[in-house]
Amino acid sequence: MSPPDTSTTSSGQGFWEKFALLDRRIIFAFIFLALALPLFYTIRQPIAVSPEGRAYYEAIENLPAGSKILLSFDFDPPSSPELQPMAEATFKQLFTKNCKLVVIGLWPQGPQQAEKALASALLDTLFKDKKLEYGVDYANLGFMAGNENVIKKMNSDIPSTFPSDYKGNATASLPIMRGVKNYKNFDFIIDFSSGYPGTREWVQFCVDRSGSKMIAGNTAVQAPENYQYFHSGQLKGLLAGMKGAAEYETVSNQPGKGVSFMGAQSVSHLIVMLFVILGNIAYFVSRRKR
Amino acid sequence: MMRREIPLFITSAVGFIFIIRFFIPHEPFGSMEDTASSWIQVIQAFAIWLGVLNLLKVSLDKIYKKEKGWGYAGIIILSFLAISIAGFFFPFWESQSAGDSYLQHARKFQYPGTSFDWFYTYVYAPLSSTMFATLAFFIASASFRAFRARSFQATLLLLSGFVVMLGGVPIGNVLFSWLPQGWQVSDIADWVRNVPQVAGQRAIQIGIALGIISTSLRLILGVERSHLGGEG
Repeated sequence: MSPPDTSTTSSGQGFWEKFALLDRRIIFAFIFLALALPLFYTIRQPIAVSPEGRAYYEAIENLPAGSKILLSFDFDPPSSPELQPMAEATFKQLFTKNCKLVVIGLWPQGPQQAEKALASALLDTLFKDKKLEYGVDYANLGFMAGNENVIKKMNSDIPSTFPSDYKGNATASLPIMRGVKNYKNFDFIIDFSSGYPGTREWVQFCVDRSGSKMIAGNTAVQAPENYQYFHSGQLKGLLAGMKGAAEYETVSNQPGKGVSFMGAQSVSHLIVMLFVILGNIAYFVSRRKR
Repeated sequence: MMRREIPLFITSAVGFIFIIRFFIPHEPFGSMEDTASSWIQVIQAFAIWLGVLNLLKVSLDKIYKKEKGWGYAGIIILSFLAISIAGFFFPFWESQSAGDSYLQHARKFQYPGTSFDWFYTYVYAPLSSTMFATLAFFIASASFRAFRARSFQATLLLLSGFVVMLGGVPIGNVLFSWLPQGWQVSDIADWVRNVPQVAGQRAIQIGIALGIISTSLRLILGVERSHLGGEG
């Protein structure tokens, strides 16, 4: 006796054929739950640190105390869940090493994101006693239109490229900018980027021309096009997406938003994979019947 | 002549300045490149305004003609007015710090606590983040329908995708913790990202670079003229 055919319902259409036509709102509901529920619970998972993530941390850790760093914020709010945790953790590590930080933005929203990351980092109790001062320990030169042309011009003269800072002060009057002419006066460059202009332009127009050392934090979508620069040594370290932020927070022992968002990302990846597997089963069952 | 030859001459001259400066990094080419870069910056700054004004014109036209979705065009204009007023006219209602000139005060429109910052933090940032976040939902739905193991190549892509997705989150290593050290899912994902992916990216980047060189040469030498509004 042959086993009963469970793949066909009373209506004549098989379960898998119906499943293949699943209403996308059901998938949306699962993704919503996968993203929302883990935010209410702490899911502790060991985070493996990639070689490029460790290199990012070590590049900063090996800097001499008091180094002068240029940071470029080339992203806007949609990318902030991935890049803001990296930026905040980076500011904290740099301030711990008493580095002097100069921030710019090639995206109009970049300097405002930098202000928010700076404000968050400066709230840390570690830096309360340090009394970090604007213009002396850190400065925000704001946004400048011109994409890679700004990067090129900065190689000649930074104060003339950014005549005034985010707050309207003359750039040359800031103590932190004393003696700063071009990239050669910075010990390191850090770029947080989610597209164009971003890390690729910094590598091509700053690192290649001035020989500066650079690390970068990218969104997960953008990072694949910049791994090659890590392998060629043009980038000394690279953080990729929220996982990169979590790796950096783990290796620098300052768990924050990156680590806490990993739970939601883990569950949502599993849900997407589950739907892809079920979709393939439905596809093959339907095809075999035809 | 004015409409075609002069723009062609400017394109050609600026193009050659950049090329010569790259190979001969000495004066006067350095200053010439900086001057050309400043021009480009000014043009791009105007382009931002042009884009904004064009969006306004298109939106106003849509409202005037009552085209489909004209309500959204109204929201664009209202949003534009709200954030522009908050940015440009904020010195009239925000308190001025002692010792600040009017211009110094006006430059602080983005400061924490200003109306502009309020719009940025509580309206613009959440709305733009929400728009971007909806991508996750559409990607999940599209993957379910389109990500099929129809052929060998598609199966390979599917498996690589799974490995990278699992390796990209900590739970991957937890689920496959029985794998030997050095062969964890995150290690395999790292290999996919750093070896075959980088090889493919390099090929793509070299191809793009060659394409940019040939297109740039055509523009600089005046062979390509379609950007001037002609037939090319």
